[in-house]
Amino acid sequence: MAMAATSITVSNPNISSHKHPKSLSSNNFRSNLRIPTTYLTKFPFKNLSSSSPSSLTPLCATTTPSSSTSKETIPNKTFHGLCYVLGNNIDTDQIIPAEYLTLVPSKPDEYRKLGSFALIGLPATYKTRFMEPGEDKSKYSIVIGGENFGCGSSREHAPVALGAAGVKAVVAESYARIFFRNSVATGEVYPLESEVRLCDECSTGDVVTIELAESLLINHTTGKEYKLKPIGDAGPVIDAGGIFAYARKTGMIPSAVPS
Amino acid sequence: MASSTIASSSTPFIKQNELGRSSFSSTYLPIQRCSRKASRKVVSVMAPTQSQRPPSTTGSVKTGMTMTEKILARASERSQLVPGENVWVNIDVLMTHDVCGPGTIGIFKKEFGENAKVWDREKIVIIPDHYIFTSDERANRNVDILRDFCMEQNIKYFYDIKDLSDFRANPDYKGVCHIALAQEGHCRPGEVLLGTDSHTCNAGAFGQFATGIGNTDAGFVMGAGKLLLKVPPTLRFVMDGEMPNYLLAKDLILQIIGEISVAGATYRSMEFVGSTVESLSMEERMTLCNMVVEAGGKNGVVPADSTTYKYLEGKTSVEFEPLYSDDKARFLSEYRFDVSKLEPVVAKPHSPDNRALARECKDVKIDRVYIGSCTGGKTEDFLAAAKLFHASGREVKVPTFLVPATQKVWMDIYSIPVPEFGGKTCSQIFEEAGCDTPASPNCGACLGGPRDTYARMNEPKVCVSTTNRNFPGRMGHKEGQIYLASPYTAAASALTGFVTDPRDFLQ
Repeated sequence: MAMAATSITVSNPNISSHKHPKSLSSNNFRSNLRIPTTYLTKFPFKNLSSSSPSSLTPLCATTTPSSSTSKETIPNKTFHGLCYVLGNNIDTDQIIPAEYLTLVPSKPDEYRKLGSFALIGLPATYKTRFMEPGEDKSKYSIVIGGENFGCGSSREHAPVALGAAGVKAVVAESYARIFFRNSVATGEVYPLESEVRLCDECSTGDVVTIELAESLLINHTTGKEYKLKPIGDAGPVIDAGGIFAYARKTGMIPSAVPS
Repeated sequence: MASSTIASSSTPFIKQNELGRSSFSSTYLPIQRCSRKASRKVVSVMAPTQSQRPPSTTGSVKTGMTMTEKILARASERSQLVPGENVWVNIDVLMTHDVCGPGTIGIFKKEFGENAKVWDREKIVIIPDHYIFTSDERANRNVDILRDFCMEQNIKYFYDIKDLSDFRANPDYKGVCHIALAQEGHCRPGEVLLGTDSHTCNAGAFGQFATGIGNTDAGFVMGAGKLLLKVPPTLRFVMDGEMPNYLLAKDLILQIIGEISVAGATYRSMEFVGSTVESLSMEERMTLCNMVVEAGGKNGVVPADSTTYKYLEGKTSVEFEPLYSDDKARFLSEYRFDVSKLEPVVAKPHSPDNRALARECKDVKIDRVYIGSCTGGKTEDFLAAAKLFHASGREVKVPTFLVPATQKVWMDIYSIPVPEFGGKTCSQIFEEAGCDTPASPNCGACLGGPRDTYARMNEPKVCVSTTNRNFPGRMGHKEGQIYLASPYTAAASALTGFVTDPRDFLQ
């Protein structure tokens, strides 16, 4: 715990705050978080899990630039929060059922509404619901799934609904192609792949941290950490906010939208 | 750098299967702790895609390419492509509809400017089809957004509907986009078609590269006319043998999906060849290609042949040049089926790969039958259902909903006298069998949709459906149970009130 105290800068917003702006997890809170990656099974945060999750203060911080990693290709980002755990083959109908597809993601008020319906299509067997009724942000900022996450319909409303609900990253064993691509193209969520079946290792409500640059997921509740597959060249695209923002940032297309 | 954006490190999980020669049968090892040793072990299992491919042929010998590779090579102005390459592909047709069109248009306007023009007004096809016959105001508004945009951009192919009270009062209105694309001549061999709908792969039946994309990618295509695509490796499905008279293409694709799983073709192309495929009509080939996405496939293709050209006669004046897999083309793996030995199958709830023989489910009591959608709502699908009803001479025991895919299908049902039905039309057969009157063409209840959608499952019912997906909640109710089946099996099940093998009536 002493190490945590010295190496973590805690930022303010509460996990369940639904006013939590999207940018908080990125540059605005670029502080000094560094989590050593050498721990295997024990993590000094383990005792955090004994406290009530809702009282936890999330770490919305990024790692300091490290000379050993390429800042060009891997965004130095950390996501911290509660995870929501799903199984295999979570299709886009479960993420956002077709009756809500009348909402147009490019319209800001409808974008918010899509968030309020995120994962509403999950069957009743998921006792803990992802969204509280009446809320438009979820208290879960990380979604963990099994194989073939996001299969089915090509609806871009799916990654959009998750992003609008406040999800920063999905961690799954594998993805359906279109969901993966839509996540990158929109920059809404990081579609990360785990090396092991994390949905069997984590439980809904566990407190987790994802170190993007280290491709690492730490479950503070269980004290275990897991290697993720590197996000690779998709990382900077998502970091920029999607393909258009990335293309502008890198000079592929003119930086200003013609009027 | 951007050119590798799409090269995710994904190596999809494949279930062990009986027929595949692939070495993908290893499962992920559950690792209890983050041991580096264990991680390496998994990595070695996880990266078979590259090692599976034989080394590239070098020197003057041209490496053979598959049909999909050749289409993408031509469209990206390359002479050679290998799977895994990311290339900028020129798009021949971009299709969007009322569910994803407004969002695509929103992105196009935001990124290219309020006054921007689309890259080619003749290459964008806009088809309202999802939520049409509904009083949902937002759904109606979305069709208005499409209309305004098409007027503003002078889009050549917009299949509009204004009078919702009677679809026949709208001569331009077609219905389900994938079938409309085919019927209106937008599916052409050798071309590249992208659409904001996962079942865009339907057009692979014409030997076209066709796949589904999201709004953002479609917004990009709308302005730029091209898109960065990753070249998929190809799985080859060789289907030989005479098709028994109780089987339809739906049985074949459900058989395949059950074989390779819902992720078995993720990031891959599926090519269908063999004497059985050659004998299939265009509509049946569409059924085959329509559901490749249910196996995770990026696209599916059937080589164009005389059947294709005959279908296209009079439908398009655009010149096209089909492409075919080289003899030396490399396939990731090959699956062979003797179709004459297959039996009618269904996909049980809640996954399209949850395959079972129809006769194994004979004790499953059902509440309704749905015949419709891009997968199972074509003229031949209704002819098949009518044939079974006619052969049985019986009446349905459960509500049977019929939703023709397009206006043309609807017309066929009502107007074509079928000699083997004693000159009766399908609509007469359906009426005699006690089915619901064929409804206005649209995607309808296949995907739930607004609450007032005709035949939507608003209660937890058990349905046998000719559609493509049976995920939880797909047709409207989360506790609903959907058995995906061929039109024969659907019709047979309607007659008994249980999941029924069509051989009970066809032999």
